[in-house]
Amino acid sequence: MSNFVEMPIARAITAGLREAMKKNDKVLVFGQDVAQLGGVFRVTEGLFSEFGQSRIFNSPIAEAGIVGTAIGLAMRGYSPVAEIQFEGFIFPAFNQITTQLAKLQNRSEGYLTMPVVIRVPYGGGIGAVEHHSESPEAYFAHTPGLRVVTPSNPNDAYWMIQQAIESTDPVMFFEPKRRYWQKGQVNLDQPPMDLHSARVLHEGSQVTVVAYGPMVATCLQAAEIAASEGISIEVVDLRSISPIDFATVISSVVKTGRLVVAHEASTAFSVSSEIAARVTEQAFYHLEAPVLRVGGFDVPYPPAKLEERFLPDADRVLEAVDRVLTY
Amino acid sequence: MVQILSPEGELGVPSAYSVYAQYLERLTEADYLKFYRDMARMRRFDHEATALQRQGQLGLWIPAIGQEAAQIGSGYAVGHNDHIFPSYREHGVAITHGIDLMSILKMLRGVNHGGWNPDETRFHLYAIVLGTQVPHAVGYAMGVKFDGKVGNAKAEDNLAVISYFGDGATAEGEVSEGLLFSAINQSPIVFFCQNNQWAISSAVSSQTRVPLYQRGAGFGVPGIRIDGNDVLASYCVTAKHMDDARNGDGPFLIEALTYRIGAHTTSDDPTKYRKEEEVEYWRARDPLTRLEKFLRRQGIKDDFFEEVEHAGETMAAEIRAATFALGEPPIENMFNHVYSQPHPEIAEQLAWVKEYESSFEGDA
Repeated sequence: MSNFVEMPIARAITAGLREAMKKNDKVLVFGQDVAQLGGVFRVTEGLFSEFGQSRIFNSPIAEAGIVGTAIGLAMRGYSPVAEIQFEGFIFPAFNQITTQLAKLQNRSEGYLTMPVVIRVPYGGGIGAVEHHSESPEAYFAHTPGLRVVTPSNPNDAYWMIQQAIESTDPVMFFEPKRRYWQKGQVNLDQPPMDLHSARVLHEGSQVTVVAYGPMVATCLQAAEIAASEGISIEVVDLRSISPIDFATVISSVVKTGRLVVAHEASTAFSVSSEIAARVTEQAFYHLEAPVLRVGGFDVPYPPAKLEERFLPDADRVLEAVDRVLTY
Repeated sequence: MVQILSPEGELGVPSAYSVYAQYLERLTEADYLKFYRDMARMRRFDHEATALQRQGQLGLWIPAIGQEAAQIGSGYAVGHNDHIFPSYREHGVAITHGIDLMSILKMLRGVNHGGWNPDETRFHLYAIVLGTQVPHAVGYAMGVKFDGKVGNAKAEDNLAVISYFGDGATAEGEVSEGLLFSAINQSPIVFFCQNNQWAISSAVSSQTRVPLYQRGAGFGVPGIRIDGNDVLASYCVTAKHMDDARNGDGPFLIEALTYRIGAHTTSDDPTKYRKEEEVEYWRARDPLTRLEKFLRRQGIKDDFFEEVEHAGETMAAEIRAATFALGEPPIENMFNHVYSQPHPEIAEQLAWVKEYESSFEGDA
């Protein structure tokens, strides 16, 4: 018998953090406004009163310092979980993440491990001002030494945050902020799968649609619409962006022969670019059509009044589905 | 500026700094001789490494000539539980904590990127990106405090952290952020800034408008300037503030005013940006000569200095031979520690490249 509870993604992350903090007293949570306030998205709400200042504390507003001290704490044997308030504010820490966090295990030839988790709310659709709606995951996926994951639903959120904290490698944990309050069932007894496996969320036969994070809900919606029009879409939730579970992606493409990859990030040099290249290399003879990418345009994230036309919606996904089906 | 040993090698502490003078009582003649031996060793090592670079045996060398007093003095003030976060010129500090100097040469030959064990040696890996090590040191010190390892009655239950960086690095945001985080957390850390007055070709005047020891004040980190060519000032002041840090009195910034006699690295040509007279001025204030004058006043004779010179030649021959003997790293080294847990992509690429390379085996 499994113990299922309904909760939104944000609460599932809170619950996952609570479990990790209970299990291991070396787990520390810090970042801007995470303590009494519970973070600007309230993801750490309640943890301060439960665990106190020694386990969860506010950091000065200095992202390089937050990640840099997280690295030092990891060297001291702690398992830091650092929150970057919005993805647009991560760049002051980019140096620490890419030149230090990602490389210290390698630099030390394995003497050091880096069990650091960087939590990053990301993605658009919340009507925010500049720097609050972006999708910078490809920068980090391009950096050897990091692991990059993103849940799309509460069950994954609950388990993936715990798996990320247990990892001795550094994990960039991207949280789909516009889906924070999307509810779902969480199985409190056992994880659905390991941290880096992709999952087929909706089976289909004609076109594979790969997505991750906030775009998964959009693609599931597209699959419903397509089904009503007699088109069978298989939706694969990537879950992990680095490494990517290509076996699951390829096996779906082998079945359907057609692939569309969707995300919010600008399309050039993106996760979809990598998937298109790899699928072409590994499943060329199974493809009935070119791999199509549906993403943000290659422009700075637009002002809120334009974001609905920047972000791919179900119709934009279906437009690409229609195109791959014309081959 | 705290000076204990004058350039003429005379001992004397102004009363304002008597708090530091009491640390002299910890030192015996054997310690003075050890300081001299290691400063001389550091210099001989530097000459040998420069020669090895010139012969093409090292890709690069990073000289530290002129900074022997700052490094050996402060290095010996760091206790055997304390942790050290160096920049990339702290070869002398490495000597004081028993780091195999070959591990530094190995890195500069291009065999690895560091690879010594920071936990075991307590001497962390060199940091090439300026200032990046400072928040690491502060984070480590935060952890030490969380562990309750400061302010305990028994001295051996306490430890502190020392973070080295140069005048150039003080311009980096991470140094300021490190100072701030240490002050907010009242972390057990000493920031040791070697102001060698040149950041490649940029004079210190282009990095700061205020003396660097004052840089921490606005963050809540008090500081002091010492004569960085005076090994006793370096030892006493560092020892005092490491003690304070271990006792829970929070962070402190030491600026050691010294001079980079050599080039920034063997790729640099300092004749393009500074005058020979300036270098000569500082050569005349050589930290080794100063300590030698003091020791001779103490009655130390030629045979000691001859013995040290002889030991230097022996060491040089040993590291020369060891450098020639350094093999090529196996290709696995490139892949093995990118992650600490299994990673299918990396495993696949290693397997591929091994198969690819083995396809050439047997070719004439």
